[in-house]
Amino acid sequence: MPEILTAPLTVSFPFTRSLGPVQSAFLTGLRERTVLGVRTRDGRILVPPVEYDPVTAEEIRDLAEVAPTGTVTTWAWNPAPRPGQPLRTPFAWVLVRLDGADTALLHVLDAPGPHAVRTGMRVRIRWAPERTGAITDIGCFEPYDPHEDDGGDGGDGGDGPRTPAPHHGTFDDPVTGIVAPARLDYTYTPGRAQSRHLAALAGRRITGERCPSCSKVHVPPRGACPTCGVAATEQVEVGPRGTVTTFCIVNIKAKGAGIEVPYVYAHIALDGADLALHGRIGGIPYDEVRMGLRVEPVWTADGRHPDHYRPTGEPDAAYDTYKELL
Amino acid sequence: MKPGGAGGARRTAPRDVAIVAFARSDHRGAAEGLSETEMLLPVLHAALEQAGLAPGEADFTCSGSSDYLAGRPFSFTQTLDGVGAWPPVAESHVEADGAWALFEAWVKILTGRADTALVYAHGKPSAGPLRDVLTRQLDPYYVAPLWPDSVSLAALQAQALIDAGHTDEEALAVLARRGGDDAPAGEYVVRPLRAGDCPAVTDGAAAVVLAAADTARRMCARPAWIRGIDHRIEAQALGLRDLTDSPSTRLAAERAGAFRAPVDTAELHAPFTSQEVVLRRALRLDDTVAVNPSGGAHAADPVMATGLIRLGEAAARIHRGASDRALAHATSGPCLQHNLVAVLEGETEGETKGEAR
Repeated sequence: MPEILTAPLTVSFPFTRSLGPVQSAFLTGLRERTVLGVRTRDGRILVPPVEYDPVTAEEIRDLAEVAPTGTVTTWAWNPAPRPGQPLRTPFAWVLVRLDGADTALLHVLDAPGPHAVRTGMRVRIRWAPERTGAITDIGCFEPYDPHEDDGGDGGDGGDGPRTPAPHHGTFDDPVTGIVAPARLDYTYTPGRAQSRHLAALAGRRITGERCPSCSKVHVPPRGACPTCGVAATEQVEVGPRGTVTTFCIVNIKAKGAGIEVPYVYAHIALDGADLALHGRIGGIPYDEVRMGLRVEPVWTADGRHPDHYRPTGEPDAAYDTYKELL
Repeated sequence: MKPGGAGGARRTAPRDVAIVAFARSDHRGAAEGLSETEMLLPVLHAALEQAGLAPGEADFTCSGSSDYLAGRPFSFTQTLDGVGAWPPVAESHVEADGAWALFEAWVKILTGRADTALVYAHGKPSAGPLRDVLTRQLDPYYVAPLWPDSVSLAALQAQALIDAGHTDEEALAVLARRGGDDAPAGEYVVRPLRAGDCPAVTDGAAAVVLAAADTARRMCARPAWIRGIDHRIEAQALGLRDLTDSPSTRLAAERAGAFRAPVDTAELHAPFTSQEVVLRRALRLDDTVAVNPSGGAHAADPVMATGLIRLGEAAARIHRGASDRALAHATSGPCLQHNLVAVLEGETEGETKGEAR
């Protein structure tokens, strides 16, 4: 049993999302250090605000400004911040009902330890120094004692309205979209069948697996016969020679590829295989490649796969010998 | 019967549909070196064999999984190698726990478009950072940019339950030890949740076979008849929800008929101990009910298969005569946002076809 292969796999994407009118007003408001909620038909103020009433589904647009101070409704102490989370030092996750709001906002609370956090405690927004119109414009919450001298860097803890005040929701240069980058790091495991196949390739042997039910040899193997739905475990060496079953002429240079166009990309049925694999055809002018052409792999010193396939010089294969593999 | 065979015959009454076979993998942690297909194949074959079906023979195939766990687009298509998908089979996939694939297959059979269905689910959470991966299902505007991981969100819910007086850390420890003492179950992961309150996340797969009426009786000595299934979802914003309650579970249970008669067994999809507290209350389960005799989602959480396993385990208990009426629950989303409830029954001595309803 060869070594089971794994490889790092990073998925990274910057999602660009457009905002509805309520979301736009809310996130632009955060940039301007103003917290807006939306009023439902039954008079509740939702913060953060949504575009549609969560109960009746009707469009809701009446905005109201609430205070940057509020009350913790539940909390959880995170001793080990993870990538992307708002603070680098241990912090509390909190749901905060801002003064004037009827619902709670999820964010983080900067506190010295879990002993300093409790449900019902008073907190206020600490604004991020650089604000762009995003939920992270709230840098975090911090404990707030209205009787203490207001010397904190939040500065304006008590400035907002005590009762929600109607707000027009219009600002100069409103934010209309957000870009939300995301990166996740995976470990890809190709599985036993592909690991065996890749190990054989390292020795310049091309292997497939025979289905115990229909006897077909699949290359490259994936551990199961896709026709019969059973495990295929018998190793079969195929090729190295094969037949071009069909092909195309590539005229557009792929970004970063060092291959000059035009070139031929082909389906190649290796001798002994019941499934054609893909490969580039070289060593012959592109306009002379044809169905039935007999080819063999060309390996390079550092490649784990054949670099390309070239003509063997044998007579072309008869159509009947490969028509089932098209 | 092949798809379309019953399509012309409009049925006026719902058909009886049962779970007739169930198999699951028993991995603990990573399924070292196995592709999804390789992990799934033995499970598929075990379920099909119980039902006496060959690969590709079921009228309908439906699977549940998530590309975000695998980190690859259309990752589920590879697993079709394991079901004998050529010549083409009638097939569907949900980007969700397999319990929702079972729901789709149940509807397919109810509407007369199939007599048998293979339902499977698989997940390899070991491939990526699960706690971070799951943040990508959250509100992308207000929540996901903060990367609140799955344990942190469950911990917010747990603290809300403690504040409301529904549980405390000692009671959670008893659940964590499944009836053991109330000593703290490991270190805090995100307080108030300790390591023992969190699920044993594992790679894994599960498969069930559904069949209608007489076909089910031929395939299984004691089919687990699906008397009702319903699923309901709550608002996306955590701050809009009462995290100490699960009104969506209760509503789904009502619609599935769970409260019409007592159940003797409940398989709950509660990865975190604190969520079992919420579900027991929402479903009004008392000490007469065997809750999670399989160990539940807390003992083994092959993400995306965990909910389907609850349905399968409840059905298997009926198959072997250990239960007459069981409730199975599956969940999706943060803090029990989306919930599915099914009621399964076995026919008792003396009951015959048609009288079971």
